[in-house]
Amino acid sequence: MREMIKMIIVLTILSCFSGGVLAYLRNSTQDRIDNQVLEFVKGPAIRTIFEGASNNPIADRFTLKDGDVERTFFVAVYDGDPKGVAFETSGKGFGGDVGVMVGINVEDDKLLGVSVTTHSETPGMGARAKTDPNFVSQFKGLSVKEPFKVTADGGSINALSGATITSRAVSAATTDADKIYEKLKPEIDDKLKAFKK
Amino acid sequence: MAKSLTQEFVKGLWDEVPPFRLVLGLCPTLAVTKSIENGIGMGVATTFVLVGSNVLVSALRKLIPSKVRIACYIVIIATFVTVVELLMQAFAYPLFLKLGIFIPLIVVNCIVLGRSEAFASKNGVFRSLLDALGIGIGYTLALMALAAVRELLGTGHLTFWVTPIQIFGPSFQPFKFMIEAPGAFMALGLMLCLMNLAGKK
Repeated sequence: MREMIKMIIVLTILSCFSGGVLAYLRNSTQDRIDNQVLEFVKGPAIRTIFEGASNNPIADRFTLKDGDVERTFFVAVYDGDPKGVAFETSGKGFGGDVGVMVGINVEDDKLLGVSVTTHSETPGMGARAKTDPNFVSQFKGLSVKEPFKVTADGGSINALSGATITSRAVSAATTDADKIYEKLKPEIDDKLKAFKK
Repeated sequence: MAKSLTQEFVKGLWDEVPPFRLVLGLCPTLAVTKSIENGIGMGVATTFVLVGSNVLVSALRKLIPSKVRIACYIVIIATFVTVVELLMQAFAYPLFLKLGIFIPLIVVNCIVLGRSEAFASKNGVFRSLLDALGIGIGYTLALMALAAVRELLGTGHLTFWVTPIQIFGPSFQPFKFMIEAPGAFMALGLMLCLMNLAGKK
């Protein structure tokens, strides 16, 4: 009986101690880790979209409520004017969700660019949506007013050969992004004023 | 057969170097040694966990009831592994992305639990520290050696930290398969063979 109690006490104390240490460490590294994730996972996509921006789009960001989801918007400043916003949406791909960063020029409502952030598509097939710049560059300069479709569905986007589902996912995610953008435009414009330099 | 303190440290570097002599901890050894950078990262992470867990297990060895010792060791090891994981995410995120799942998997690495059970639970704190350092550094060097062979033959360059250094000229055709899984087994087998030859009396 005594041994039993000792075992329980030792394990309990050890686990509590371990939990405490980890909770403390997690709290104190949380901000840094969030920044690192933004920098290395979303950073490359954001930087390709906002090529030539004079600010650091990862540092200049704000959040807005869209229904009950909170979305993060990244801001690009060109010649002192905050002209671009980018945010992430996702579409259903072949191997799961395809995360797409969509950059929009708020002045003429045209796409600044689209870039794939996270995906689990087949390497060499759907994964080319991320690696092949010719595919995503098709979106550049298109107006957000119309929905995006691949040519097989009667649209204007040339699908990656052998990866129609992935191409559809990227198109759908971009279309989604447009809807969100149209809905939140007044609030986005309002928030952007703060970034004017 | 008590060993001197120096012997406790040095044994991990040659006589008991984990992947080659004890043939322990092979999962990360084979999986992450695609570049020297990965090898160093994995080795340092494992060394940190080894040192932390060995010292703590040794310090608490009189308090831990023998029936639940393995559970206690695992709690201690898992704590240190999570510490490494969080620190690596916060300060070396690209490395964390490359090592991925193998960082959390240090918990089940036989070397760490093996040293706790076989050494730290029977020896003093200082001896356990030396033992952990020796084994850890030995493990890191072994990973580096294996990674150097694979990376050099597989890609023609060596990556010590972030930027690759080109070793072979452009006419070199890389043995792509050396950085794939089969190459890992071949490289490990050849290393074992060489070490046995060198140690033969």
